[in-house]
Amino acid sequence: MKKTFTIIIFLIFQQLLNAAEVNIYSARKETLIKPLLDQFNRDTGIKVNLITGKADTFIKRLEIEGKNTPADILLTVDAARLVRAKEKDLFQEVISDALNKVIPNYFRDIDNHWFGLSLRSRVIIFSPDKVNKRELIDYLDLANSKWRGRICVRSSSNIYNQSLVASMIARHGINKIEIWASRLVENFARSPKGGDRDQIKAVAIGVCDIALVNNYYLAGMLESNQEYEMNAAKKVKLFWPDQNGHGAHVNISGAGVTKYAKNKEEAIQLLEYLVTDKAQQWYSDINYEYAVNPEIKNTTILGEWGAFKSDDLNLSLLGRYNRDAVLLMDRVGWK
Amino acid sequence: MNNAIEIKELSLSIEGRQILENISFGLGEIGIACLLGPSGCGKTSLLRCIAGFEELNHGEVWIKGVIASKPFHHLPVEQRNVGMVFQDYVLFPHMSVTENIIFGLKDQRAARTKERLDELIVLFALEKHISKYPHQLSGGQQQRVALARAMAPRPGVLLLDEPFASLDIELREQLARELRSILKQDGITTIMVTHNQLEAFAMADIIGVMGDGKLRQWDTAFNLYHEPKTSYVANFIGEGVFIKGEVINSIEVKTDIGNIKGHAPHSFEKGEKVRVLIRPDDILHDDDSKVTAYVRGKAFRGAEFLYTLETQNGLYLQSLVPSHHDHPMNEPIGIKTEIDHLVIFTDEDV
Amino acid sequence: MIFKKFSESFCSLLKFSRLNLALILLALFFCIPIVIVCGSLFFPAKDIWPHLIDTVLTDYIFNSLVLLIGVGFFSLLLGVIPAWLVTMYQFPMSRYLEWAILLPMSMPAYIIAYSYTGVFDAAGPVQTIMRELTGWEYNDYWFPEVRSLGGAITMLSLVLYPYVYLLARASFIEQSICVLEVSRTLGCNAMDAFRRVALPLARPAIIVGLSLVLMETLADYGTVQYFGVSAFTTGIFRTWFGMDNSLVAAQLSAILLLFVAVFLYLERRSRKQLAFNHTSNRYSPLLKQKLKNSSAFFAFVICFAPLLFGFVLPASFLGQWAISTYSEALDINFYILLLNSLSLAFITALLALVIALFLGYSNRNSRLFINRFLVRFISLGYAIPGTVIAVGVLIPFAWFDNSLDEFLTLHFNFGSGLLISGTLFILIFAYLVRFLAVSINTVEAALGKIKLEMDEVAKTTGMSHVRIMRRIHVPIMRGSLLTALLLVFVDVLKELPATLILRPFNFNTLAVRTFELANEERLAEAAVPALAIVIAGIIPVIMISNSISRSRPGYE
Repeated sequence: MKKTFTIIIFLIFQQLLNAAEVNIYSARKETLIKPLLDQFNRDTGIKVNLITGKADTFIKRLEIEGKNTPADILLTVDAARLVRAKEKDLFQEVISDALNKVIPNYFRDIDNHWFGLSLRSRVIIFSPDKVNKRELIDYLDLANSKWRGRICVRSSSNIYNQSLVASMIARHGINKIEIWASRLVENFARSPKGGDRDQIKAVAIGVCDIALVNNYYLAGMLESNQEYEMNAAKKVKLFWPDQNGHGAHVNISGAGVTKYAKNKEEAIQLLEYLVTDKAQQWYSDINYEYAVNPEIKNTTILGEWGAFKSDDLNLSLLGRYNRDAVLLMDRVGWK
Repeated sequence: MNNAIEIKELSLSIEGRQILENISFGLGEIGIACLLGPSGCGKTSLLRCIAGFEELNHGEVWIKGVIASKPFHHLPVEQRNVGMVFQDYVLFPHMSVTENIIFGLKDQRAARTKERLDELIVLFALEKHISKYPHQLSGGQQQRVALARAMAPRPGVLLLDEPFASLDIELREQLARELRSILKQDGITTIMVTHNQLEAFAMADIIGVMGDGKLRQWDTAFNLYHEPKTSYVANFIGEGVFIKGEVINSIEVKTDIGNIKGHAPHSFEKGEKVRVLIRPDDILHDDDSKVTAYVRGKAFRGAEFLYTLETQNGLYLQSLVPSHHDHPMNEPIGIKTEIDHLVIFTDEDV
Repeated sequence: MIFKKFSESFCSLLKFSRLNLALILLALFFCIPIVIVCGSLFFPAKDIWPHLIDTVLTDYIFNSLVLLIGVGFFSLLLGVIPAWLVTMYQFPMSRYLEWAILLPMSMPAYIIAYSYTGVFDAAGPVQTIMRELTGWEYNDYWFPEVRSLGGAITMLSLVLYPYVYLLARASFIEQSICVLEVSRTLGCNAMDAFRRVALPLARPAIIVGLSLVLMETLADYGTVQYFGVSAFTTGIFRTWFGMDNSLVAAQLSAILLLFVAVFLYLERRSRKQLAFNHTSNRYSPLLKQKLKNSSAFFAFVICFAPLLFGFVLPASFLGQWAISTYSEALDINFYILLLNSLSLAFITALLALVIALFLGYSNRNSRLFINRFLVRFISLGYAIPGTVIAVGVLIPFAWFDNSLDEFLTLHFNFGSGLLISGTLFILIFAYLVRFLAVSINTVEAALGKIKLEMDEVAKTTGMSHVRIMRRIHVPIMRGSLLTALLLVFVDVLKELPATLILRPFNFNTLAVRTFELANEERLAEAAVPALAIVIAGIIPVIMISNSISRSRPGYE
């Protein structure tokens, strides 16, 4: 008994002493983050330990684990979860000139609890055979009866839609958006199903004429090694909504250092690494996301799409209105 | 063809193994037959052929004037109108006694069904058990339910596979007699399979002794005992020993225990070496007899002793002796032979 | 010492043996997560309930009910009839179908959903080719929609029916053939004998299979979510993730559990009326009837169809995709994934078997209500979505870890951190809570076959308990124990949600890899790990089938 106890203590010691590592709870899938982390490890010698999963379960896990949590960083793929984690007091303030210099202030938390690392836009894609580009205006216009039975969009259980609706609530108020959403639902070509790529394919084959998707999915399909995906993607065109108004809705992937991080310095080092030009370029080249650093040049299809006006709404509001958005979508019957 | 059951030259082999060979017999209406034989002799297989569980390689099975089986023709079991009681009854565990009994009746709600049910319940004295489930019944009760179930649809033929095997030995003969009277009363033609001769004697009008897949003799109990056609039957039915002998004339044989004379002529030539079947009831104890034998074994059977005796010239015989003649082991006692049925076989036969 | 005294007095007070007390504590240990889920009911939830009731709850309940009825119906259809056919008849391929029918079991529901969608969806190759050949547009024809409630019923039925098949077949094989022969002599044709005798006799086994199917259906999230069906589980996660209310999510799960518990209770009570002990101990060898011509053809079609749609087709879709990606996918990391999956599945299956044996014996030897209740209670874990179980597991262990840490820091000025949380131990524990139902059910059924008299006979010969188990129980139960082992093995291999949350750092499984790729809608790359799960599951599935064939008394 005594012996096992000493062994356990020894192991714990070893864990504590073995300091050159950083632990991440990541809502970003392994294939979309691991290469960067491996590069970080090669460049700095700091070992990165990773678990991937769902942001909400990680938030719950952080809450339950409390001050002994092993995680140093929580990485999510949307702002609302970052806001939620901050509200639950799971992050701590990070003061880093490197981060502040690269990341525009509307892509990071006011109190420096979390930082955007990459961004994407929720855009309209359309079938050029059936839709004249001039018919398209902005998100609000999608409630127009001219789109009756022509719109595809995925389930409202998905965070991308929740964030979009939350941003609309923040811009236009809940009453207006509830009416908007109920009309939008009437315009659906089919009951929501599948993911964003499925919506693109649906437009390509004529199930519907337009769809709301994140732009990197379209880029991913255009660059796919699967011929049928590429062919489907080539049949649709991208439209940047609301370019004469607030701009296209954007969301970020981002991360924060946990409140009880044991490896705070390494964690900050990793965050700083993720906004270096090298890493930021990777986001653009490999993941087809936009870098948060406005200096980065987009070389892929993103470059061909060119610059667009993005909504500069404070991302914290996405978190604040997320719940309202879900309740609202329940009420209007957006499945 | 007035027989309820007619079997003609029936042969069965399963996976290349000969199970039954060239069996023929007929059984009249309301007759009760027993198939008697040691385990593995094929008697249950024969029953299953009649029931329709096996397809024949050769021969025919007729039931009530309808051909039920012959090669390339096989009437399904359910269309043969046979009832069968299996060795351990195989009641349906998920059904009550009543449900079990009326299982085979077509219209379960008809008044006739109720009538038949009541009749069988009385016949088998099951009044107290009608709503019980099989696991709540004793072995004897289960057997009665199984019989009632098989008889309920008034089958043309009732087949019983060792129906008494799982019951107490003391009960068997009594039950067999009771069952016989029920069957006669209900007018059902029956074939029963058993390895127990006493059951067969108590039940059957006629008995078929089987051995090695063949029907050795199809006869009454009395004839099987006293006039076995083969030494196999002689051996299997009753007790007794074979002793050497030499034919003197058409009704007499000379043996080591003296000349033995039968009532009817036999077919052996004078001077032929034969074997003679000596039943225990052929050897009587007689204190006055000059011929003596030593008591080498004895078994008490209530009214009688079955003595195993050794004669002066070293022959072993059996004798049934009233039990007040209690002789100690190895004591010489006087014996005499009194043989009504002279049963002899050729020497090689035994 | 104090504990010993205490336990002695406690035991004598309640007329427990000390062994039984230990077993009860063991059972209680596994009840904790379920208790935590149910405990959520005692906390008032803010304003969410009125909202749910006003808007989506009826939808959730309706869809879940339709799903249950649909999956239940088709699982019975696809499970019972082929089980009967392969047990009783001989027809082309019947010897292979006997085990092959089980194969869809190795196919995770979300994978079959992804692969069918990939092929039969409007954008998939089938409809694309159809359009190209005919010149039709999307709206010019009707084609069954894969991603729909009907689609979800189909997918779940196709991978879950093997549970019914497995238990129904085991039961048919066990039935004394004499029972069926008797019914034939009483005028039943084969169909009647099936309907009036074999089916009612197999009912308890079939219901056990069915309840496993229904619980899996209730716990499924991957399929219904992907198909856009608003079922109870999608509701649970929507409430949690979207509205940030994990309490109401747990309450929804608890309500789900209540329904399951009531269903199971009613079923058990109705069964208790009848004791289905077989009345015959005699088993004549099962001679399968040879089917000819059209009936043989139909039997073959009936048995092959579920296999075709539940396994052959989806596996070949996966194979097709895998061909284009396997060279990149099969790196060293892939083998680590494979090893992780296999060892987790094996360790969990073994532990589940041992624990199920302990609990099964405690239930057999004790007539105490508490034992039986606890075992039933643990079985409910099967109906809880993996994610909810994971949280139910995290809470007590993190609490324990944190308390220990606090205690050590206070007294020894030295913290232990999180000792158990975040290790494989906690993951395996969660698997056990979720899958113990499977092994307990199987083990209990096997123990039911060993009459207490056998033990008594053995005891009179002076055998010790251990020897009785080894010499009598193990040989009799071997087939069932293997089945219990392998069922859990396959289940763990497929498990996703709990693994996702509870696995330690840098630890992945095939299921996680498959999910991440498929979720990113990269089906082609997901195919290789998906296929690996299926292949790893096939071998145990074949072993299960063989062990059942051999379980029949008189089997040669």
